[in-house]
Amino acid sequence: MSSTEAMTVPTVTGTKLRAEHVSMTFKRDGKSTPVLDDINLDVQDGEFICLVGPSGCGKSTLLNTMAGFLSPTSGAVRIDGEVVQRPDPRRIFVFQERGVFPWLTVEGNIGFGLFRLPRVEQKQRIAHYVKMVGLEGFEEAYPSELSGGMKQRLEVARALAVNPDMLFLDEPFGALDSITRLVMRGELLRIWEAERKTIIFVTHDIDEAVQLADRVVVLSARPATIQQIVNIDIAHPRDISSARYLELRDGILQQIGLAHKV
Amino acid sequence: MNTLTEPRKWEKYFWPVLVMALFLALWHYSVVWTATKIFPSPLEVEKGLIELLRKHVLWGDIIDSLRRVAISFGAAALLGIPIGLTLGWYPAADQVVNPVMQILRPISPIAWIPVAIIFFGVGDKAAIFLIFLGAYFPIVVACVSGVSNVPSMYRRAGRNFGLSPAQILAKVVFPAALPRILMGLRIALGIAWLVVVAAEMIAVDSGLGYLVIDSRNSGKRYDLVVAAMLLIGVIGLILDLGFRQLEKIKSVRWGFGNES
Repeated sequence: MSSTEAMTVPTVTGTKLRAEHVSMTFKRDGKSTPVLDDINLDVQDGEFICLVGPSGCGKSTLLNTMAGFLSPTSGAVRIDGEVVQRPDPRRIFVFQERGVFPWLTVEGNIGFGLFRLPRVEQKQRIAHYVKMVGLEGFEEAYPSELSGGMKQRLEVARALAVNPDMLFLDEPFGALDSITRLVMRGELLRIWEAERKTIIFVTHDIDEAVQLADRVVVLSARPATIQQIVNIDIAHPRDISSARYLELRDGILQQIGLAHKV
Repeated sequence: MNTLTEPRKWEKYFWPVLVMALFLALWHYSVVWTATKIFPSPLEVEKGLIELLRKHVLWGDIIDSLRRVAISFGAAALLGIPIGLTLGWYPAADQVVNPVMQILRPISPIAWIPVAIIFFGVGDKAAIFLIFLGAYFPIVVACVSGVSNVPSMYRRAGRNFGLSPAQILAKVVFPAALPRILMGLRIALGIAWLVVVAAEMIAVDSGLGYLVIDSRNSGKRYDLVVAAMLLIGVIGLILDLGFRQLEKIKSVRWGFGNES
């Protein structure tokens, strides 16, 4: 196999997503603001990537570009070798829990993306994912009757139900209280281990990133460049008081320029 | 009464009934003390009501008024909802149409009476046209604001799951805007009930509005005038309470801020 072939058919190498020289400039009132500056990143199939960086650095912009909601000013994002041009049901973007539809029940929300499937299969998938995210007994409930954590699980279930091969999560647990957030991290890892989707997860919480990711991508302040990519070489379940965990976390904190003393 | 403490069950009924009784007493004694020969007392109004019921004209008038409101309100909703949704969906179209709408909207349907009579002559059609005008604009405005206020992340989710634009409108934007649309319909129904009375005074010879003006014109029967007024109030209240039942439907209740 020649090297050019490997470039055009990245699936052979197990690459799911490839960002090639992605730059993004927002133009507003005749002023242009560079947000992303020459981002190059390879994400392997089934990998869990966390994007971290100072607030306002362009993490969400990068995620939106990867998901096809924004087009880069230059460069391209390729998924399975194809340039991403628009959002696609094969990769679902998960917002904070406010993204669930308040006019649909739990079942209605999970079944939202399944309109092309026969009814029997819809029912099976809904039942499967209701169970997977632990919402049994709430099938007929409306989001207003659910807690924040339940709504977030519902949104993840809605995304998983269409059997995507990638999930983009934009600070999904940001609005939850710290206990629920811890529980949700465990739930997400459990689901990821069961389904092995490729996950790209934006967070401003360094601990969250080190607890979840295979690799943590550290972005600089705006315009964002990739400052460092940190391999988290600790097996799950991770001991968050182990020396290696603390070393990796402190390394990232230092990289971002934060002292680890409050 | 303290606003922080939940009112007790008997209080919920006792105070409103007391105020009602005070209102009737004030009315009664004002009539007695001023010794007016024109304005009726509550008791005379009650007798007037019974007289109207005995003559069997009342039901006919009520049904005629309700029929006119139903036709006009129905037409306003049938036309206003699709137009409002379209304008909300295409902001460019809204910008083009908006100036004309904003000029027409504040014109009271009463001001349209002469025009309505030129178009439709004196009769049912003119009355229905006037009520339609009153109901149409609040419905369109509610639909436009309902659609343009749908959070963008709902539309994004729709796109992400592979819905076509038509599907996004039907499955995402419409249900998301529905609470606001219902609020607009409720306002429109209230206005329709206000306008039907005015329209019936001028354009037709049946209905509660006609009953008011006819009772005055044929023999200055102010007991019947006030009886008809009270009936208009009570029916208006029933219509509004009836419409509010729609807010309890579970797929729209989230939009009304009274979820448990």
